[in-house]
Amino acid sequence: MRIGIITFPGSLDDVDAARAVRLAGAEPVVLWHADHDLKGVDAVVLPGGFSYGDYLRAGAIAARAPLMQDVVDRARQGMPVLGICNGFQVLCEAGLLPGALTRNSHLHFRNRDQRLRIERADTAWTSAYGTGQEIVVPVKNGEGRYVAAPAELERLEGEGRVAVRYVGGNPNGSLRDIAGVTSEDGRVVGLMPHPEHAVEDLTGPSTDGLGFFTSVLKAVVSA
Amino acid sequence: MPQVVVDVVLKPEISDPQGQAVLGALGRLGHTRVTGVRQGKHFVLDVEGTPSREELEQIAETLLANPVIEDVELHLPEA
Repeated sequence: MRIGIITFPGSLDDVDAARAVRLAGAEPVVLWHADHDLKGVDAVVLPGGFSYGDYLRAGAIAARAPLMQDVVDRARQGMPVLGICNGFQVLCEAGLLPGALTRNSHLHFRNRDQRLRIERADTAWTSAYGTGQEIVVPVKNGEGRYVAAPAELERLEGEGRVAVRYVGGNPNGSLRDIAGVTSEDGRVVGLMPHPEHAVEDLTGPSTDGLGFFTSVLKAVVSA
Repeated sequence: MPQVVVDVVLKPEISDPQGQAVLGALGRLGHTRVTGVRQGKHFVLDVEGTPSREELEQIAETLLANPVIEDVELHLPEA
């Protein structure tokens, strides 16, 4: 199984994401934003960081990068895509996920270990968990407040599109404590917290994050 | 060279913590008659010739603004 990790100028968690993919038992494939070549990967991870400096809006310029056109096309055909933090922002900006990420309500960068509840354990990236299971992974963002218009939020809740929710405190003012959402088909998932930083005891608060990366192994096989 | 101005501001239903921070500062400075602040972005594009409205709308709505959360207003040069 080959899982691509895209590096944009300003990505900084791409190596951690590749490491998490390897620990999960898949082969990480390095992808470059300016290419038009997905190198035959089975799934893609968009890593955290500050793509293109986030100068316009977080993730806005990356969402128009050449390789993202290929990611959008393949995602619409069912290829699993996981966006973490900046990657989540890119997926929203690219129109693959609903809503948007804006400045934290308290305007501060917030980094801490964060408790999360898995609300949907039937997506391509969360099947290793149980519905309602709580995990702890780091969160670190300055523009992580998930927003959408009230009617859109109602629609998302009604369709069960909230994949992950903050519990034990909301780090950024995200509406309805939303930490992550999924596409209609459950193949594309975006979340602000960082599961790739919680895959080894030595360097993370837990190994709870590994499940995101092991989940997709089954998802690709069953596709 | 003609200039096109694009103003981008968060939609009214999306809360604007930066605007609220400015409002709080104004209150501390004694400007209590200001009751609301919305912060936005102001783009000035230098363009060659006469750009079509369609192209400018595309520029504004695909890159300069995120229509999911922001309203955008185009100010075209006088014809």
